[in-house]
Amino acid sequence: MSVLTIRDLTLNIRNSAILKGISLDVEAGEIVALTGESGSGKSMTALSIMQLLPHDAAAQGSVLVDGADVLTMPEKALCSMRGRTVGMVFQEPMTALNPVRTIGDQVAEVLRAHRAASRAKARQMAQDLLVRVGLDPQSVPPSRYPHELSGGQRQRVVIAIAVALRPRLLIADEPTTALDVTTQAQILDLLQDLVAEEGMGMVLITHDLAVVAGMADRIVVMRHGEVVEHGAAAQVLSAPQHPYTQMLREAATHKVDMPDSPAQEPLLRVENVIRDYPAPVRLFGRAAPKRAVDDVSFVLNRGERLGLVGESGSGKSTLTRAILGLEPLQGGRITIDGQDVSAGDPAARAKVQVVFQDPYASFNPRHRVAKLITEPFHLIPDPPQGAAREKLIGETLTSVGLKPADADRFIHEFSGGQRQRIAIARALITRPDLILLDEAVSALDVSVRAQILDLLADLCRETGLTYFFVSHDLSVVREVTDRVLVMQSGRIVEQGVTEEIFARPSHPYTQTLLAASPHLPDLEEASDDTLV
Amino acid sequence: MKLNLILGAAISTLVVALALLSYVWTPGDHTTIDIANRMKPPGASGLLGTDHFGRDMVTMIMVGARTSIAVAIVAVGIGMGLGVPLGLAAAARRGGVLDEVIMRGNDLIFAFPSLVIAILITALLGPGAVNAIIAIGIFNIPVFARIARGAALPLWQREFILAARVAGKSRLRISAEHILPNIANLLVVQGTIQFSLAILAEAGLSYVGLGAQPPLPSWGRMLADAQTLVAVAPHLALVPGLAIVMTVLGLNLLGDGLRDRLDPRLQRVRT
Repeated sequence: MSVLTIRDLTLNIRNSAILKGISLDVEAGEIVALTGESGSGKSMTALSIMQLLPHDAAAQGSVLVDGADVLTMPEKALCSMRGRTVGMVFQEPMTALNPVRTIGDQVAEVLRAHRAASRAKARQMAQDLLVRVGLDPQSVPPSRYPHELSGGQRQRVVIAIAVALRPRLLIADEPTTALDVTTQAQILDLLQDLVAEEGMGMVLITHDLAVVAGMADRIVVMRHGEVVEHGAAAQVLSAPQHPYTQMLREAATHKVDMPDSPAQEPLLRVENVIRDYPAPVRLFGRAAPKRAVDDVSFVLNRGERLGLVGESGSGKSTLTRAILGLEPLQGGRITIDGQDVSAGDPAARAKVQVVFQDPYASFNPRHRVAKLITEPFHLIPDPPQGAAREKLIGETLTSVGLKPADADRFIHEFSGGQRQRIAIARALITRPDLILLDEAVSALDVSVRAQILDLLADLCRETGLTYFFVSHDLSVVREVTDRVLVMQSGRIVEQGVTEEIFARPSHPYTQTLLAASPHLPDLEEASDDTLV
Repeated sequence: MKLNLILGAAISTLVVALALLSYVWTPGDHTTIDIANRMKPPGASGLLGTDHFGRDMVTMIMVGARTSIAVAIVAVGIGMGLGVPLGLAAAARRGGVLDEVIMRGNDLIFAFPSLVIAILITALLGPGAVNAIIAIGIFNIPVFARIARGAALPLWQREFILAARVAGKSRLRISAEHILPNIANLLVVQGTIQFSLAILAEAGLSYVGLGAQPPLPSWGRMLADAQTLVAVAPHLALVPGLAIVMTVLGLNLLGDGLRDRLDPRLQRVRT
């Protein structure tokens, strides 16, 4: 019997249609992936199952969870359904846990709330559950608080809470998006084990097709509140039928046509750089400082595209900020064209610009585009004025694929991808020698990401751009860089030509990273017999 | 939903309009004593009657509003003018010596009970509207400094501030150009609340005789003068009392309404 049956689910929020007739089924022991880009309605579908919709949302159709329609269920029955019949795992484990209660208490609370066990029994069960999700009481006792755990351990606690009452259905909304690749692989394994062992049905919501590839039995592809394609996972991934799925599939493994890098002369030199963060002041004295960047040296040549990969906490961001001259160094030096960047010399600073990750936080919401992108003019002794300035703004916007007229608009009028184009325009306008791209495409949908990567390739071809591409996403780094540095715990553990590193990694850490990153199966050639 | 904003704005505008009108026209003269006509009930002589010296109450309230508003504007102005730059400077140098000095200085001012110190200041420097302004203004400085610092700190972590730093702008310039406009709505909201508190504080100081001095009318002193006469002529206490309550209420409603309207987090819920 199906644990979840959705038929013709429509959802309107203030007269705008969010879901337009969704139908899907989940059998016991089955993993169904719900995928699509932002705004496709996949998260709203999950919230409809839990009946945790915004109060002004109106849902029609039927959502049968274990045979009972949640759309007509009274609130009291819903409360008992949530947690007992349906468990949910959220994207951000830090905010999904209460920071002032121990993890053991938080797991036990679910059991107590549904009156599933006595206090002492609940505590014992909580401990068993934490062991079950891979938190060994020797190393991570239930008396720990969420902030004492790593991101992956926190997500294990969230999973323990979700499965505490052995629900029939588990909903995981982007459960690994906030995690590193190596942790992601472990969490996905855990979820898969739990589903197999407990015979639950699982709805896995994700934007990342590669995550889905190794796990899901069936895939449902959504777009603008509609299901555009669904079928067996292998079928949908290797021979997608709908043009939208084909586009997603293509964008996820997008091949960027990079030009060859020109003749090389050193541009950026990073020599034995050390950056320590002072430890917080304790009651008696200070603890030892934390070393974020540990004796890092490398050279970036003019016209070269250099990548930097590593997991969170590896020191990538600190190194990036040091190159921008925003971090004081405890040792070593960083020079660009022979000029020291940490001295705060505007001439040296003008040679480096940056594009950040979050296209929504990168701009002052109160300024117009023309003012936003001309901010780096501050570094130039005599920036162009009047008509010359207008012309340069227009040209720069055109070069990133926008229109000169966009200069008079405010930032909130643009989509995420357009904003990232504006961020690139801001970085380009002073014609810097080097651009730092700090996770510049990580927050974008795959189709938009592909466009931005193409834009980078075009800019390289036209202007001989030099950039330093910082990312946790190995597949993207592989596409757009000539050489790559691998960073772990503040040190560069491996560096070399990108293709060679990816083909034959020599350091164990690089090997782990590459093995952990999810891969999509190869596309089948769409021949007629496979379509039948 | 927007009722508080409309009501608050209406009351506040009315009070300010009355105060401004008093410069060009009042029903009577607040400096002329007319003992024969004293303590007339409302309606008998003028709209709100006369006080114990026979002065018209409408005139007294109008000129008193002038005093209250002038004191409050300058006092809040001092608080904003000094507090906001101090708070922005502290945020720009977070964790540094300047931050510590500014914020501990704030704590020091906060540690004293404000009205007692205001009494001390006016007792030392002599009673009068100017000294009341100084006393109230000083206690507004740490309020604005804390609000400005608290609102500025998360902004400093935002990427558009990083981008401005990459563009080589100084912390001073970033504070003025990027931080201040983004915290302005908070400051406006807090400004209206502080304004109402300043009016209360001025009334309190005048009540104990340390605010505006005669013959300048003040709501606080009108209350003080009326307290022995409450049984004989209750309107002498009721009228200034209601004037204070309505003004403070109006300003608080205005502050709440502005907060609902200006806070982007609340806005997102609504749209």
